[in-house]
Amino acid sequence: MEIGKDLVAASATPLVLAILAEEDSYGYAILKRVSELSGGELQWTDGMLYPVLHRLERLGFVEARWGRSETGRRRRYYHLTRRGREQLEAQRQQWRVVDSTLREIWKDTIERTIEGLTLPTAPWGAWSTT
Amino acid sequence: MSSDSPLETQIGLWRDYLRHHPAVHSADAEELEDHLRAQIASLAEAGLAEDEAFLVAVKRLGNLDAVSREFAREHSERLWKQLVVAPGSDDEDGPRRSREAWVVVALACLAAISFKVPELFGRHLFAGDPAAQAFYARNASLFVFPFLAGYLLWKRRPGGRALVPIALLFVVGLLFANVYPFANRGHTLGLTASHLPIALWLAVGLAYVGGKWRSRPRRMDLVRFSGELFIYYSLIALGGGVLTAFTLVMFQAIGLDVNWFLSSWVVPCGALGAVVIGAWLVEAKQSVIENMAPVLTRLFTPLFTAVLLAFLATMAWRRTGIAVERDVLIGFDLLLAVVVGLVLYAVSARDPEAPAGAFDALQLVLVLSALVVDAIALAAIAARISAFGFSPNKVAALGENVVLLVNLVGSAWLYLRFLRGRASFAALERWQTAYLPVYFAWAWCVVIAFPPVFGFQ
Repeated sequence: MEIGKDLVAASATPLVLAILAEEDSYGYAILKRVSELSGGELQWTDGMLYPVLHRLERLGFVEARWGRSETGRRRRYYHLTRRGREQLEAQRQQWRVVDSTLREIWKDTIERTIEGLTLPTAPWGAWSTT
Repeated sequence: MSSDSPLETQIGLWRDYLRHHPAVHSADAEELEDHLRAQIASLAEAGLAEDEAFLVAVKRLGNLDAVSREFAREHSERLWKQLVVAPGSDDEDGPRRSREAWVVVALACLAAISFKVPELFGRHLFAGDPAAQAFYARNASLFVFPFLAGYLLWKRRPGGRALVPIALLFVVGLLFANVYPFANRGHTLGLTASHLPIALWLAVGLAYVGGKWRSRPRRMDLVRFSGELFIYYSLIALGGGVLTAFTLVMFQAIGLDVNWFLSSWVVPCGALGAVVIGAWLVEAKQSVIENMAPVLTRLFTPLFTAVLLAFLATMAWRRTGIAVERDVLIGFDLLLAVVVGLVLYAVSARDPEAPAGAFDALQLVLVLSALVVDAIALAAIAARISAFGFSPNKVAALGENVVLLVNLVGSAWLYLRFLRGRASFAALERWQTAYLPVYFAWAWCVVIAFPPVFGFQ
C-alpha cells in the first residue's frame, strides 16, 4: 500500500520524536525502527529523513552529536531534548484527536455501507414492476 | 575493507556526486554515507552481492537532487557559500585547521614586526632620512615574502630539497638589494624596488607549488592563487582603510592625535601582515567560493576591447599619432600587462575541452587590438628614442614591452589556430604556463644586471 506524500510528511515528526523517546539513535536505525513498527507498510525515501532530523535539531527538539559506529566510522547520533519531549506530548494529543475523529466517522460510514449492502436499492426493482 | 575495492570506488563516485550539491555540507554527506554503508551492510547480510546491495541502497536513499533540495529548504543560508575559517565543532580536521590559524597569525605578526627591526639599527622610515627610505623601498618585499613562503611551505611540506632554491632566491635577492651602491632616489634604485617583488614572487611560487615547478597544472594553480591573493589583498586593504579612518576620527574627537601611531605602526605592519592573512584566506576558500579573478576577467574583457577599438578608431579618424611623452611607454606596458592578465585569467578558468565560443573570439579581438595599439606606440617611441637616450627606465620599459608583446603575439596566434579548429585550447594554456619563467627571468635580470650596467644612477 502506497501512503500519500503529505501523510508521510505529517507523520514523520511524531514518529521520529517517539522513536528517539525510546532511546538515542541514528538515521539508519530510525528508519529500520519505522519499518519494523509498521510491518514494512510505511516506507520513506531514506534520504528525506535527514533534512527532517536537521529541522528538528534547528527547532531544538533533538540534539545531535558525533559518535562512533561499531565499525569505528563517524556516526551522528540524535538525542531527544526536553522541548522535544513536550513537543512529542503535544503531537500525541493532536494525533489522538485526528485518530478518534476518523474512527468515529469511519464507524458510521462502515455501518451505512453495511446497511447499503443488506438493503440494496436495486435497479431491478423497477424491472419487476414492469 | 581496502580502499580500492569496487564497492569503495562506487561509494567514492557517489560521494563525489553528492559533493556537487552546495546545500549538502561535508558533515551531511558523511552522515548520508554512513547511512548508505549501514544499508549496504545489512543488505549484504541478507545475501545480496556487494554491487547489488550498493544499487539497492542508493535507490532507497532516493533522488539526491530532491534530497539536496530538502536540505536547501532547511538551510537556505547554505546556498550562499560561506567561508568558514574557524573550525566547526563537528569537523574532522578541526584541530589541524585551528593549528593552521595559529601558524598564520604568528607568521603575519612576524612579518609585521620584521618591518620594525631595522629601526633598532637607526633606520627610521618616517624621519625623512633618504637613505632609510631607500633601504625600505629596496627591501619592502623581503619583509613579507619569506613569511608568506614559510606559510606555504608549512602547508605543503615538500622535502628538504625543495627548500634550497627558495632559500637561495631570498638570499640572492637580499644581497643584490643591499650590496650595490645605489644613488639615493636614482633610477636603478627605483627599478630594483619595483622589480625585486616580481623576482621574489618566484620564490613564493616555488613554495606554493611545493617543489613541483615543472608541473603545468601546478603553475596554473599558482596563477590562480596570485590573482585571488591580489583581490583578497585589495579587499583587506579597503577594510583596513576604513578602520584607520575611523580610528583617526574617533581619537581626534577626544583630542588625541594618533596619526603618528597609525602611519608608523598600524598601516605598514597591517599592510605586511595582510599578505599572509590574504594567502591563508585564499588557501581556505579554494574550493568553497568561486574564483573572483575570472569573473572580473569576463566582466572587463568586453569593456577593454571596446575601449581599445574606440581608441584605434578615433586615432584613425582624427589622423593623430600618439604624443610621445616621457612616461608613455610605462603606460603602454601597463596596458599590455592588463591584457596579458585578462588572457591569463580567462585561460585559467576555461575548460580546455569546451569548443571555441564567442568569448574566445572576443579575446582574440582584444589581443589583436592591444597589439596594434602597442605597435603604433612602439613605432612612435622608436622614432624618438635617440632624443631621449637610453636611460635605465627606458630600457626596462622597452624590455617589458617586448616580453609582454611576445606573449601576446603567441597568444593571438594560438587563439587564431584554436578558433579555426587547427589546435586545441590546451596549446594556449601550455604557452601561458611555459611563459611564466620569462617574467621572472626578466625581473631578475633588471635587479641583477641593470644597476651596474647603468652605473647605479
